[in-house]
Order: sequence, then C-alpha cells, then structure tokens
Amino acid sequence: MIRITALTRNKIFWPLVALAVLMAFNLFFTPNFFRLEIKQGHLYGNVIDIIKNAAPIMFLAIGLTLVIATKGIDISVGSIVAISAGFVAMMIGGALDGIPKYPFALAIVCALLVSVLAGMWNGMLVSRIGMQPIIATLILLVAGRGIAMVTTNAQIIWLYADPFALLGQGYFLGLPFSIYLVALLLLFTSFVTRKTALGLFIESVGINPTAARFAGINAKNIIFGVYTFCGLCAGIAGLVVCSTVMSADGNNAGKGYEMSAILAVVLGGTSLNGGKFYLLGSMVGALIVQTLTTTIYAFGVPPEIAQVVIALVVLVVSLLQSVNFRTMVSRLFGKREIFA
Amino acid sequence: MPDIAPIVEMKKINKIFPGVVALSDVDFRLFKGEVHAIMGQNGAGKSTLVKVLTGVIKQESGEILLEGKTIRPESPLAAQRLGINTVYQEVNLCLNLSVAENIFIGKEPMLFGRINWKEMNRRAASVLARLNINIDVTIILSSYSIAVQQMVAIARVLDSSAKVLILDEPTSSLDESEVEQLFKVIKKLRDEGMAILFITHFLDQTYQISDRITILKDGFFVGEYLAKDLPKLELITRMLGKELSEFSYSAKERSQTLMQKILPKKEEDEEGVRLNTSPAHPQSLLKINSLGLHGSIAPFSIDLKEGEVLGLAGLLGSGRTEMARLIFGINHADQGEMFIKGSKSAVTNPRNAMLAGIGFCSEDRKTEGIFAELSIRENIILAMQAKQGVFRNINIKKQMEIAERLIKSLRIKTPGANSPVGKLSGGNQQKVLLARWLATNPIILILDEPTRGIDVGAKLEIMEQILNLSREGLGVIFISSEFEEVIRCSSKIAVLKDKVMIAELSGKEMTESDILHTIAGGKYS
Repeated sequence: MIRITALTRNKIFWPLVALAVLMAFNLFFTPNFFRLEIKQGHLYGNVIDIIKNAAPIMFLAIGLTLVIATKGIDISVGSIVAISAGFVAMMIGGALDGIPKYPFALAIVCALLVSVLAGMWNGMLVSRIGMQPIIATLILLVAGRGIAMVTTNAQIIWLYADPFALLGQGYFLGLPFSIYLVALLLLFTSFVTRKTALGLFIESVGINPTAARFAGINAKNIIFGVYTFCGLCAGIAGLVVCSTVMSADGNNAGKGYEMSAILAVVLGGTSLNGGKFYLLGSMVGALIVQTLTTTIYAFGVPPEIAQVVIALVVLVVSLLQSVNFRTMVSRLFGKREIFA
Repeated sequence: MPDIAPIVEMKKINKIFPGVVALSDVDFRLFKGEVHAIMGQNGAGKSTLVKVLTGVIKQESGEILLEGKTIRPESPLAAQRLGINTVYQEVNLCLNLSVAENIFIGKEPMLFGRINWKEMNRRAASVLARLNINIDVTIILSSYSIAVQQMVAIARVLDSSAKVLILDEPTSSLDESEVEQLFKVIKKLRDEGMAILFITHFLDQTYQISDRITILKDGFFVGEYLAKDLPKLELITRMLGKELSEFSYSAKERSQTLMQKILPKKEEDEEGVRLNTSPAHPQSLLKINSLGLHGSIAPFSIDLKEGEVLGLAGLLGSGRTEMARLIFGINHADQGEMFIKGSKSAVTNPRNAMLAGIGFCSEDRKTEGIFAELSIRENIILAMQAKQGVFRNINIKKQMEIAERLIKSLRIKTPGANSPVGKLSGGNQQKVLLARWLATNPIILILDEPTRGIDVGAKLEIMEQILNLSREGLGVIFISSEFEEVIRCSSKIAVLKDKVMIAELSGKEMTESDILHTIAGGKYS
C-alpha cells in the first residue's frame, strides 16, 4: 500500500493514468488504432500522427509551464506562432523553383529573433509596467495576428523549398523529426531549470512574489525571462507549423493553440496558481489533448459535437487530478488507501 | 458625564472568531457633540467593535442602542440608513468622477427621470462649504490632494440623517497642515452636534482632537476616560495592560525578576537586567545619518556596532516597521545616508541590502516570509542561493548539509528538511526564516516582531538565538511589541512615537518605565 501511495503522490502519475485510459479506450473501440506500418522506412499510424501533431503544442507547453509557474499566463503564443511562421515563410520566399530567397539558417534565426522580441514585449508589460498577464498578452494575441498578416501581405504563402519540410514532415530513425526537437528543448529546459537555481526562483516568485523579493531574488528579471523564453518556444512551434503544411497563413496559423497548450500544462499538474511546475507532466498533458482530438475524429464523432465531447473528457481528467475531488470520492467509497 | 443619554450605547458586546475571543463584554458609549477615540494595541478589538457597530459583522451577544432604541444593523448600508456613517482609512472614492458625482453617487438628485446636474453641483458645493472647502465640484477628483479627497469622503456621508460619523485612521496619509485642516472640520461637525468616533494610532493627535477615550486591551474593556483627565502615561500603560503603580516604585526590580523567570542566569551584568554585553572595541556595522522618507518615517540616526542589539520600542504604528523597511531598501529613503562597515552604501532594494550583508525577517511571516509549498530546505537556502546568483547552484548535498545544520542549531521541530514549511507551527516557521538569513552570513540582521504569534517556549528560544548571534559579532535590530522582550535582548533601545524616533536609551535607562515615560513625553519620575 505504501508503494501505491508513493506512486499516486507522484505528480506525473495521474496524467499518465488519464493518457493510459484514453489509449485503452482506443484499443477496444477504435479499429487499427495501434497499427503501425512501415512505409518508405518511416513508421506510420495513429500513434505516430498523435506524436507528430502534438509537437507544436508541446513546444508551447514547455514555455507556458514556466510562465504559469510564476502565476502568469501567456495567451499570445498562438499569434507568435503565426508571426514566426509568416517571417520564416517570407524570408524563404514562395519561389516555385524552390530556391530560398535567404539561406534557411538565416530565415530561421530571424523568425526566432522576432519571436523572442515578442516574448520580451510581453515580459516587459508584465514585469516592468506591472500589467496583468492576461491583459498584457491579450494585446499581442490581437496585435500579433495583424503583425503576421502584414508580414505575409495578407496572403497565404506557399513554400516549395523542400529541405525546409524536414522540420515538420521529416523523419529520423523512423520517428517524426519534430519530436526530437521537442526532446531537445525539453532536455535543455529541464537542465537549465533544475541544474541551476532558476527553477527554484521561478517557483518562489510564483508562490510568493513579495517574499521572493525580500529574499533578494530579482523577481522582475525572472518574470521577464520566462515570457521571453515562452516567446522563443512559440517561435520554434511556428517554424514546425509552417514546415508541416509548407505554407504560412497569418490569419489561421496557430489559431487556438494557446488554449490547447494551457490545457496541456494544467492537465500535466502545474497549477494556474503558480509554484511547483512539471515539464514532463506538460508533455503528457499535450499528448492527452492530442490523443483526445485524434480519438474523437477516428471514432467518427460528428464534428459539430466533437468540441463538447473534448470538453467533457477534459472535465473528467481535471476532476481526477483535483486532490479535493479525489478525497471526496475516496470518502464515498471508503478506499482512502488507494487515493490518499 | 452630562445626564443626557448617549446617542450610541453598546452593552456587553461579545464576539468570538474561531479560536479567538475578539470582544469580551465590551461597553462603549458615544455622545452627541463629542469626539471619542478608541485606543488599543494590535488585537485589542478596536476594529472588531467598529465593525459590529457598522453592521459588517454580527456580535454573539450584547446590545446596541441608538438613541435609546435597540438596533441590529444587518449591513453597512443598513447602518448608514440608521445614520451611522463610516469613512475608511483607504479612501474608497471614484477618482475618475467629478467631486459632485462622488458626493452624490447612488443618490443623485433627479429631474424628469434624468440627473439634475445643476442641482447636484449646487448641493455638492454647499455641503463642502459646510466643511470650509471651496473648490470646483465639477472637476474630477483625482486632480485634488488626498486631504481634499478625504473631505469629499466625509462630505459624502454628511446628509441630514447623519448622526454618527466614524473616522478610521483618517490622518495616516496626511501631512501636518492637512491634519490641521481635517481637525478643524471635525471640530466644526462636533460643535454642530455630530457624534464622532475617531480611530488613530497617533497619540498626540488623540489628545488634540478627542474629548473622550475608551481603551481596549485583548478584547477587554479597560476603561472610559475624559481625555483631559487621562495623562498620556496612564493611557499608554493601560493600553499595554499594566498598572501605573507597577512603574512608580521598582521597575528595575520587577524586570529583573521577570528576566530571571524567563531565562536561567547566564552572563548577567551588574545590573542584572540585560544579558547583552558588547565587545571591547566594536566596529561600527551600520551607521545611519538622518535617513527618512516623507510621509513614512521622520529622519533618524543610529549607529549599530558589532555584537550590539538595537531594540526598537514603540506602540503599534509608531514607525518601527517603517524604519526597518527603509534600512532594508523595501522603501526608498528620500533623504539621509547610510554607511555599512564605514563605507557609504546606497541600498535601493532588498537585493542590494542583502548583498551588502543585511538580512530582514518581516513581521508578516505568511505573506512576506515563507513559501508554504516549498520544503524547509528550499526555504532555508533561498536567500543564500539568491546571493550566490542563479547559475552557481548549491548542490542538493550541500543544501541538505546547510539545512540540517540550521535545523539542529535553531532546534526547528520537523520530521525532515524536505517536508513543506507550511506544515510547521508558527514558531518553527519563524526559525526557518531566521535560518534563511543566517545561511547568508549577514553582518546585520533586522528582525521585525520575530516573537509575535508564537508560543512562549519558542519565544524564549528565538530570544536566546538573538543573544547568541550578537555574541558572535552580528549586529541585530530587534523589534517587538513587548517592551520586556526588547529590554531583555537589547544593548540599546531606540524609542519611536508617531513615526519619529524620539530617543535612544542605553544602560540604566533601559526599563519599561523609562520607555513609557519617553513615549508619554513626560519627565522621568
């Protein structure tokens, strides 16, 4: 029993349970859900699709996890995705012969720089001006679309420079290339936050900003930093999104991603009240969100009620995660030792 | 008092909050045409009593009479309808509306279903004229000073039905001339027959304006006095719950026996009162020349040497905390200078202060001190880590060593360094805070009410720690509401009153009696 208790206390446990339940559901009810085929040396199948489609949300969730840990929020990440996609598309150019206008590396660096600037803008509004995070990032949520539209001249830019497709469509050792990028960013972020004191500082700022300031932590710089980093993450997501469809649509790229990413972070166990954060949990959260979407379409739920079904499942998963709810249920069934 | 009946009479009011008796059989009377001050220390029950009167909370038992009739106001609005009006400390007006709109908000004069602006402005001007204020009432409120805004807040509650006016710390953000202006208005209203209840922490203002004073202490009614018959010294001693006679004869003997009760005899000096002795040739750690901030704390000068404990003694609101916060850079001084170990330092924020070697334990442990969700270990090493810089991580092994050493030396009672700090008792949380600063190896430690709200045993341990630290050469600034504790720990004492440091006591002057007399401003008896 003690071992089970220790296991359930682990923050990653409940998100994993939720993911497993979703998978088990598919195992029984969705035909061929787990079937993997090898075509041209790559793996194909629903599971691979989920991973591939979840990648952009995972990038966003990594950045958002840190922002949310400081008791902040960034709802502009979807718009930053569009800006980054627009920028990289403009610099590569839509020439039909596939010859990029500027070198790929330069285009990518520039798109990321612009995303970092966007993040810095958010960070400045929140940390220096003292604006409420949701309002501060709402500004860029709206304005960012405009910036993306201006960048692309309000047109959808199609790309024919094939090497660029590697980011979003490529494969490496049989798996989608983008998942390696996610792993890289995740490793980097985990390393920087856990092998330095940054993670502790972020958590302390999120739990009690005044006490953090009194303990000699420069809370403003920490907050500025996490929004800037979140901008960078959104920029990377933008590159992958652009590469996946080989086009940039200022109006629709990354639309609504902020909500999926916030959901992923929360499902992963990081509280919107700030404090302790769980990067790996956010990754599992992103997989849950994507599995859910894929399942619902694979299962043939009519599109008009798909959103409602997603909302219901999210409700159940959230309740499962709530300590209060679990205590309530365990009292109801008298199985305290399992749920404790 | 005159035979006329009081306009408000509160009889045997009892109020219990979970775990605390906030009011216990408290009586209070307020007469027409007087200014009545309620005085008391923190937790005395002043604000609870006012909240009962204004319908914010309900008493468990007891009766409120207004003009002889029992009332039970259900809400502040109901109290207002009965003629009991309150102006709160934080002026809650709409800064972006005009003066007239602020006065008549919710009760605008109407004409044919529309607001009669002309009438509203005329009446606003006339009600302000009653307060001797002549301003353009059509201009937005934010263009006027806080003092005028305060008047507007008063004007708002002054209509024909107002019988009782409650002013909750109305002077805390006003300067001297503004206070004078406000007092003129209060006196005018009083002379017109208004009954005014006045709450303030400023002693001198209490005497300037009040006709009568009710003293509360720990939820108990101490007494009701005419201001002119109550010497300041007596007021203070009663607020602290002492008898005047205690101080008239053997204050020193008394504190001596008290101290012996508190701690076993150790290195007592010949006076037997203090245990604190300074090294032979101490170096100055913190020298401050007329550091001050307008509206917060008047300029003060102190010199803290190695191994010294400077006690700050004063009543609630006397400026103790403001002084500490100025030194730690939480607030920015607008004048004066500060030297740390002889070199001039510009401490402009807590981080600066920390890097200069100052540590600060806030009086508000919960909201400004601990991180409840983080472990004891993380709470302890946080400031040290901040001092080292974010990228020079203290590894887990080292963290555990530091945390366990401090847990042991401060005797923090916990199952382990990794349990969350939120689960500890108040006294142990306080020790964790102390540990956090000790880990940074400070040269100066500021402790704001480190003994508040913790049990007696923990209090003694913390005081013992303070003495131990000072013996090791640390300079400590120690704040406590308990004068006994301040005397017990300090090598010298700065006395504060009404946001001014009024004296520095040392040696034989360090007795409760001397502190009280200094605050009362009377001659030593």
